Order: sequence, then structure tokens, then C-alpha cells
Amino acid sequence: MGKLKKTTKQELITCGIVVLFYIVITILDKTGNLKSHTKGLLVPICYYATAAVSLNLVVGFLGDLSLGHAGFMCVGAFSSALFSVAMKESTMPAGLRFFIALLIGTAVAALFGFLIGIPVLRLNGDYLAIVTLAFGEIIKNILAAIYLGKDEAGVHISLKSFPLQGEGKMLINGAMGIQGVPTDSKFLIAMLVLLITLLVIYHMVNSRTGRAIMSIRDNRIAAESIGIDITKYKMLAFTVSAAIAGTVGVLFAHNTSTLTAASTYFGYNVSIMILVYVVLGGIGSIRGSVIAAALLYALPEMLRGLGNLSNYRMLIYSVILIAVMLWNWAPAARAWRERVFKSKNKQKQES
Amino acid sequence: MNMPLLEVKNLSISFGGLRAVDDFNLSIEKGQLYGLIGPNGAGKTTVFNLLTGVYKPTDGAILLNGRNITGHKTIEINRDGIARTFQNIRLFKDLSVLDNVKLGLHHRYPYRTITAVLRLPKYFKQETAMDERAMELLKVFDLDGEAATLASNLPYGKQRKLEIARALATDPVLLLLDEPAAGMNPNETQELMDTIRFVRDKFDMTILLIEHDMKLVGGICEELTVLNFGQVLKQGATKEVLSDPEVIKAYIGE
Repeated sequence: MGKLKKTTKQELITCGIVVLFYIVITILDKTGNLKSHTKGLLVPICYYATAAVSLNLVVGFLGDLSLGHAGFMCVGAFSSALFSVAMKESTMPAGLRFFIALLIGTAVAALFGFLIGIPVLRLNGDYLAIVTLAFGEIIKNILAAIYLGKDEAGVHISLKSFPLQGEGKMLINGAMGIQGVPTDSKFLIAMLVLLITLLVIYHMVNSRTGRAIMSIRDNRIAAESIGIDITKYKMLAFTVSAAIAGTVGVLFAHNTSTLTAASTYFGYNVSIMILVYVVLGGIGSIRGSVIAAALLYALPEMLRGLGNLSNYRMLIYSVILIAVMLWNWAPAARAWRERVFKSKNKQKQES
Repeated sequence: MNMPLLEVKNLSISFGGLRAVDDFNLSIEKGQLYGLIGPNGAGKTTVFNLLTGVYKPTDGAILLNGRNITGHKTIEINRDGIARTFQNIRLFKDLSVLDNVKLGLHHRYPYRTITAVLRLPKYFKQETAMDERAMELLKVFDLDGEAATLASNLPYGKQRKLEIARALATDPVLLLLDEPAAGMNPNETQELMDTIRFVRDKFDMTILLIEHDMKLVGGICEELTVLNFGQVLKQGATKEVLSDPEVIKAYIGE
């Protein structure tokens, strides 16, 4: 069928762009043309792109505004980092350890997504946004207050700092977080995670599952009337999205040696930042999410190198955000683009 | 003796103090084209919402093929074999025409999400079968040329048809049409009448429709029930009902 071919083509183009990006970066790196500052951006670019793609499943395809994405990242980050730190001294090879950490972070975040989804998905619109935002903040704040330590007397967990008896180790040290997380996140692995996420989301969206999810977005009552189980598909989309956010959290945790549940990393502003990537990339456009996340994450970092101007980098960043938003959505800009590029309503074609 | 396909017994629902539908009885034979008419606010759509599980009846029973389906949820009712269309068209507007019909086929090709994610052979097999079946249905309604169009870009008359096609895709035994001619000009109404008759004959379908357009009702329905203020005013063969003085009074006034 022509339709199938078209969606497969979209998928191949997006994955192609990602692979091409990897090849170009690797060549630049091997020939010594990459500054270490730029190198440091590569892993975050991959995981924020992954986060944007997974959030798009809920915001773009299910049509629910979720503002708790950073909360699920936080859960994934802490659960996996805890495992990695605990296993650091063992004889387990680093590759296997990180693979298991990825699985743990994903699974724990999925569980949280499922549990939080049960009450939250009964809500719609603004209410859902507010409650997911609150859940995200609650998760982050609890993780910032937990003390978990292991000593001769066993494992202790508390919301207050406590002394360890004899030989022991603090695993989670309250607001100081988890120290000594092995930095296992490599560009290649982050890239693979992004590629796998893209394949999973594309394959899901272009299937009966994806159609059911989109039917809820388009017309809930009609979806029910043809026997679509609304609760099931809402939960599915929300859980998968949370699970991938957990994977992102794992990459995040293993990209810094000290993991803290600070607002800068896991606050609602991060959820909103990811939402900005989704909205600017085009709601419901997977490729758009990837490109927007990569560019918008790299942009303010690149602006650091502008010398005197770098003081104004957040100002420049905001102006660019507004410009992109206008370019994407303002009726006049859209009409102009259509005239110039003669593209006949490409908006909805991708997905 | 033949069992009626749909049997409704003493169906009632109250909203607060208001009895929106009161002691409603209905019996439809297989293959019938049945009309439910009545002035605005008579409770016609409420009856539909009761039949499709949107509301739970305060009293009474609904039997489909002799099976009691009273109190089933909307999604269960669809699997029981009742499909419907809506007064104000409800399509999946940002999905293609083909995808709209494929959603109707959702339960007949039940591969799992993991099958789709891993793109196992079963995925391709069932998707292809779905595409074929959906295209067949679209062809019946002369929509196959617009399979890739977004549903919201279809003209009004075709949106109506697509909604019927989607409902039929769920493989129902009873089709409920809620004011299918609403907002149509006389030409479109005429075409719609042909379509409804065609659907009945081609799919061997039983159809219950709500309508305001007397010409349409008189033209295609074999039997009618007239509702007024939530109660059955008259029930019987179309000609008799439409010439009944009480019915005329309810519609036109004194």
C-alpha cells in the first residue's frame, strides 16, 4: 500500500538524519576538529531529543498535556544510579552494569508512570497538566530529601541525616544526592537509545495501537463508540512515555558523577523545556522533536562562545524561540511559506 | 416465531425530576429500516444514548438477539453488535479517511503492540488485510479515491458517508443513525436515502434512524415510532403513523 510506504519513508529519513549526524560528529572528532566543550554537548543532545520524542507521544499523539516528564527522568536517574553505585565495587563488567542500569531505570520509571497514570489520566486538559506538574515536583523533592545508607547494621533509609556505624557508605545523601556515579553514558550509547526510541515510537504510532491513541485525541466519544478502550490506550501511551523518560534519566545520571535532584536538572522548568522542544518541532511530528531538541539545546551553549555578547545569550535564545514559533505557527508566515515552497499541507503528513 | 433483533422493554431514565424517556418499548426485526421521530426535545437522542450505553437506564431492559445488554458500557455495546453515527459528525479529523475506517476494524485484527514495535510478520499480514478490507468498504461508499485525504478535508456529505463506513467496519448487527440528513440539501438527502437503502441491502443490515426530515423518513422507513415528551405517541407502519392526527398535531401544533 502507498500509505505504508510513505510512513516507512518518514521513519527512514528521520533515522537517516540521526545516523548522519553521528557519522559527521565522529569524523569531526577523529580528525580533531571538535572542541571538548562541544563534545560535552553530544550526550545531552541525544537524551533531550529522546525525551522530546517520548513526550510527543503523550502531548502530540494522545493529546494530553503532561508537565511531569522531568519527574520520570528523576526516578530513572536515581534508581539506576543507585544500582550502578552499589555494583561499582563488584566484578561485573562496566558494559553489562550499564545495560542493567538502563533496564532498571526504564522499568522503575514505567512503574511510576503506570501508578501515577491511574489517578491522573482521569483528568483532562489543564487539570491534567497541573497534576502531572505536581507529581513531577513531588518526586523530585522526595528524592532530594532521602538519606539511604548501608553499614554494619544493615541498610538504613530516612528523611533525616543519620550517622553510620562502623564501616559504611552513604548511597543517597539527601540534597547531596548520589556521589560517584560511574560515567558510563557514551555518545554511541546515547545515540543508540535515541535510535531505538525513534523506532519504537514510529512503529507504535503507525499501528493499530497508534491509531487508537490518536483516535482518543481526535474524538474521544467516537473512539468509545467504535469500541476503543480509552483507559487502556491512555495508560499505554503514558507508561511508554514515562519509561523512555526513565531511560533518559539513566543517561543523564551516568553522564555526571554527582547526581542531585536539583531543580535545574529535574524541576518543572526542565519538563517545560522539553515541552518547548515538542511544540517548536511541531506537535505530533517526531522528526521535528528530534531536530528542535538538538538545535535548541545546543543553541544557548553555543552562544557562550560569543565573547561579550554571551551575557545576553538567554535573551538571544528567547528571541530565537519567539521567531521560530512565529515561523512555525503564525498564519501569515504559514501562508507565505506555502506560497514560496508550494508545499501542500505538509503539517500532518509526518507522524 | 422469530425473535426480534432488538427488543426494548419499559425503558426509562430520569435526570433529577425529569423523566426524559418514560416507559419506552420497541421491537425491531432483522433487516428492518426503522425510524424514530418526534419534535425537538422529545428524547430521541436520549434513547440512542441509552441503547449505546452512554446513559444507564433507570428502569427497563434492552435485548439484542435475545441477550440482555442493559447496563453494558459503550465499548462493550459496540462489541455486542451495535454501531452508531452522530448527529454532529464525529470523525477522527486529523487522521486519513483510510485510518478512520481501519479504526473501525480495530478489534477484528487484534495484533499486539509488541508485534507492531518489533514489526513481526503478523503485523504486516494483519495491516495488509486491514487495508484491503478498509478499501473495500471505502469503495462501497465511493470514497476509495480519497483514502489518503484527511477526514476533516472531506466535503460534508462524504463525511456522513465515512462515518457510516466506519460504523459498518465494526461489523455490527444493528446500525443506529442519528439524524443522518442534518444539514444536507435536498439533493444530498436524496443521495443519502439511496445510500441507507443500499447499506441495508448490501450488508443485510438492520437500521434504526432518528430523523427530522419527513421526506426521508416517509421515503425509506418501513415502521416508525413517534416520541413526544419522552413517551411513545404512536407506533406502527410509516404511512399510518404519518397520517395520524395526533402525530400531525404534535409536529405542526393545533
